[in-house]
Amino acid sequence: MSKIHVSATVNGDPVEFLADPRETLLDCLRDHLDLTGSKEGCGTGDCGACSVLLDGRLVCSCLVLGVEAEGKRVETIEGMAEPGGELHPLQRKFIEHAALQCGFCTPGILVASKALLARNPDPTEEEVRYWLAGNLCRCTGYDKIVRAVMDAAADLRGAA
Amino acid sequence: MRYHCAKSFSEAAEIAAGAPGITRFLAGGTDVLVQLRSGLVTPDDLIDLKQIPGVHDISRTPEGGWRIGVAVSGAELGEHAGVKADWPGVVEGMGLVGSTQVQGRATLAGNLCNGSPAADSVPGLVAAEARVTVIGPNGAREVPVEEIPTGPGKTSLGPGELIAAITLPARGAAGGDAYQRFIPRTEMDIAVVGCAVNLTLTGETIAAARVALGAVAPTVILVPEAAAAIVGTALDDAALEALAAAARAAASPISDKRGTAEFRTHVAGVLARRVAQAAYARAKGDTK
Ligand SMILES: Cc1cc2nc3c(=O)[nH]c(=O)nc-3n(C[C@H](O)[C@H](O)[C@H](O)COP(=O)(O)OP(=O)(O)OC[C@H]3O[C@@H](n4cnc5c(N)ncnc54)[C@H](O)[C@@H]3O)c2cc1C
Ligand code: FES
Ligand code: FES
Repeated sequence: MSKIHVSATVNGDPVEFLADPRETLLDCLRDHLDLTGSKEGCGTGDCGACSVLLDGRLVCSCLVLGVEAEGKRVETIEGMAEPGGELHPLQRKFIEHAALQCGFCTPGILVASKALLARNPDPTEEEVRYWLAGNLCRCTGYDKIVRAVMDAAADLRGAA
Repeated sequence: MRYHCAKSFSEAAEIAAGAPGITRFLAGGTDVLVQLRSGLVTPDDLIDLKQIPGVHDISRTPEGGWRIGVAVSGAELGEHAGVKADWPGVVEGMGLVGSTQVQGRATLAGNLCNGSPAADSVPGLVAAEARVTVIGPNGAREVPVEEIPTGPGKTSLGPGELIAAITLPARGAAGGDAYQRFIPRTEMDIAVVGCAVNLTLTGETIAAARVALGAVAPTVILVPEAAAAIVGTALDDAALEALAAAARAAASPISDKRGTAEFRTHVAGVLARRVAQAAYARAKGDTK
């Protein structure tokens, strides 16, 4: 199977990789670029653990082919904290509210929540729950996640 | 699997027409990739349509309708104030497809061509009298949307044929449309029944209507008897009951884990009533 050369930007850095056309963007991030923060929970678009931004749009990276990333901007969980290691307010609030247990869903939920707050800095609880309906968590029961997102939103509004 | 990135519709049609094995077009990939990953369908040739010029555009037609490119995602459609103002029912149907993440990718044309009887955007398109431009080895033709799906997973598109755009007609004055589905939860599920109604008024009276049902037959169906039950009325109780009866009579669903045939038939009537009322309110200027 001949591989295809792909050039893209990931978290602001130019990257290149060789992709089998059947490989998903998630496979390419994890296996070719060593960015293992994005997780595969289902591989069928149901769980959101693989959430990334593709040209600014929230998508499941398991439902995008690696070859489709050619020329595109990809943002993953690895780009969320400051380069110096300072956590994003969402990350801090997730820890504060204990909004994670096993942590498998967390990267996807953080990426999705950041995308929400970028469009809607003051979401209602209902809006948070609908926005995150495609992010499944088997551990927390969601309440702590929703509270952490609402609190981070308030924090970010205060800081602005 | 060979991955092709077509630069024009005629190139896409040419590649598809010359491909010997299983061919799929790649729009948002939310059906294609799931089928690929599950081993259900591994295409020999996969033809990506997203680099073709114009496929991301939504533009006004000379008649005052909308032409929607085949790579426009549900999220982009939902953000388009013009289409939303004219055809809120079409937009809300597409908006029910999947999660925020799926909305970032899924397209109207993919929803139509995947051929699911429960496809959420299709009843709205059928009720709106949308048409698609089909391009193939023998040139282009315009086809009403309801003629595309022919059964679960099947379409009337011939070898090498694909959809180049979806066109919604001009809304016109005093018109409204709506779509609702029944699912046991509030998000992320497949319609047990879906219903779309599109109507126009003269004063209080319904002058014209189209009613479409999803998930109660092998394809989304247009139900002229249901439309006839409300045309000429002001959607009074008698008209609503006649509409519900016509919707139930048109339903020929299967029983599966999502619902029995009897339940689906009943819900078809309930939804037809509710959706007609929503479309009627919109036609009278309610902007919800
Ligand atoms: C988690 C999840 C939830 C979902 N929820 C829903 C839901 O609630 N309701 C619902 O209706 N669907 C749902 N779907 C199914 C899917 O998202 C929709 O059917 C979607 O609209 C498909 O569009 P796409 O652009 O991703 O299609 P693709 O996967 O790119 O293509 C689908 C099919 O259409 C063909 N095709 C695509 N474009 C063209 C074209 N221009 N011309 C000819 N053929 C073409 C392809 O060959 C393929 O067979 C869900 C999917 C997932 C993964
Ligand atoms: S791994 Fe992509 S949605 Fe579950
Ligand atoms: S913390 Fe375990 S899945 Fe969410």
